[in-house]
Amino acid sequence: MKRSPTFLYSVLCFGYAFLYLPILVLMVYSFNDSRLATVWGGFSTRWYSALLENDQILGAALLSLQIAVVSATLATVLGTLAALGLNRMGRYRGRTLFTGMIAAPLVMPEVITGLSLLLLFVSLQELTGWPGSRGANTITIAHITFSMAYVAVIVQSRLAAMDHALEEAAMDLGGRPFAVTRDITLPLISPAMAAGWLLAFTLSLDDLVIASFTAGAGASTLPMVIFSKVKLGVTPEINALATIIIAIVSVGVLVAGWTMLRQQRQLAGEKTKP
Amino acid sequence: MVVNPGKGDRLWRGIVIAAPYVWLLLFFLVPFGIVLKISFADPLVAQPPFSAFFDWSAETGGKVLATLDNYRFLLEDKLYLVSYLKSIQIALISTLLCLLLGFPMAYAIALTPYPWRNLLLLLVILPFWTSFLLRVYAWMVMLGKQGLINQMLMSVGLTEEPLQMLYTDGAVYLGIVYTYVPFMILPLYATLERLDLNLHDAAADLGARPLQVFRDITLPMAMPGIIAGCLLVFIPALGEYVIPALLGGLDSLMIGRTLYDEFFVNRDWPLASAVAVVLLLILILPIMLFQRLQQEAEA
Repeated sequence: MKRSPTFLYSVLCFGYAFLYLPILVLMVYSFNDSRLATVWGGFSTRWYSALLENDQILGAALLSLQIAVVSATLATVLGTLAALGLNRMGRYRGRTLFTGMIAAPLVMPEVITGLSLLLLFVSLQELTGWPGSRGANTITIAHITFSMAYVAVIVQSRLAAMDHALEEAAMDLGGRPFAVTRDITLPLISPAMAAGWLLAFTLSLDDLVIASFTAGAGASTLPMVIFSKVKLGVTPEINALATIIIAIVSVGVLVAGWTMLRQQRQLAGEKTKP
Repeated sequence: MVVNPGKGDRLWRGIVIAAPYVWLLLFFLVPFGIVLKISFADPLVAQPPFSAFFDWSAETGGKVLATLDNYRFLLEDKLYLVSYLKSIQIALISTLLCLLLGFPMAYAIALTPYPWRNLLLLLVILPFWTSFLLRVYAWMVMLGKQGLINQMLMSVGLTEEPLQMLYTDGAVYLGIVYTYVPFMILPLYATLERLDLNLHDAAADLGARPLQVFRDITLPMAMPGIIAGCLLVFIPALGEYVIPALLGGLDSLMIGRTLYDEFFVNRDWPLASAVAVVLLLILILPIMLFQRLQQEAEA
């Protein structure tokens, strides 16, 4: 391959068109007046107003947001602890199993995770009476479990890339491990923790399969409502909902990415100063 | 550790390791044991709908009630064998397609100078953050009988009747490649980025043809990324439920969908557990390979 890779850049353009065209088409059709969702009938925002009056969707969105905030926060705490436990605590018995339990949820098919967690909840209830009913609580536990693995991987890569000198200096000066973690390590890994929280949040907001297994009869998260609607075919209201969700997430990710890039540049700039 | 660990230090160390450890043991590892246990049970019309593993009653004095019926049924009923084989076929071919699309893309990104490279990378990562379910749904809008593609084909006169594209195996392949190709591009990019282009020049100076350079230098050096990317696509694709459920036809049997239906439609929990155990057995080798790679990358 030569340095003038016309072929490579053609594939790149095709790839980006492939990745983005369906989403753009979906967004355009969300402003379609026609009920036949794919035949253009003029510009309209009627599906957005219909969405605002749909209590089922709004209720499900609220429930999903609650679950996502709680599970992302707890997953960030546990995932960060896990990353510290794998990266800053030296050797101990069971470390290999720990590494395995962190990496496996990343690739485990959702149907298996969902089924196994539901069977756990059912068995626990038989033995201990807890959880009395399945719903937001069980979905939250399930989401913490798989998203803490993602947080751990993100924080761990930051810990691995980090300079140990500051932590070692603090230790040399008599800093206690907890104080060193709180005052030195945590501030340095906070961008990775923020990225991990965001990822856990979006993963929770998006999960259909695991929530379907672990939800009781009463609780329906947003993806569960969306799925039950689109299983029957294209739905104009869902086009509008998808446009809103994708727009919010894209803006959020772009802003977060831009901020992190600027921080990195600032850090790099400070390092090069004498 | 320089300071002598005191009581508080040991406590902190204990919390850091134990809290996530116990959580994962309880909510990740133990559940697999329960799935295994229930896969040996009989389905019952009861709450919960399966029989006990042990009979604790006094007259039998603790008898094992386990049965292999579910596994026997998996072998006897063609549906399951077909589902497993078809899942493996679809996952393998989709992985290959992801590689064919992802490799040139990752290579092109790695050759692009900064700051454009960051933008291109962000464009790969962005779909990963936006809803998986909604991106699959977007293809329903594209592929349907009155979808955009059919309308375009008919307006230029390539076809009179709308083509059946949605609810076919082809749509499932498309959906998997579409949603999983970022997982292929990112690890590939990570290895290709470190590629020393001087090696290419050296090989070319010594008279190697471009294809030879690619085969003998680029490919072997990119191999860790290729393997990681393939595993990251193949493993989750094999158990995929949403894509075959939304884009596939009735005959697009994938094992994730079969398991889901067995559980939710037939309400046969023991059989669903047996399906999950066999799926896990198929996946255990690729997952262990993935773990090894993770550990090597960590070291």
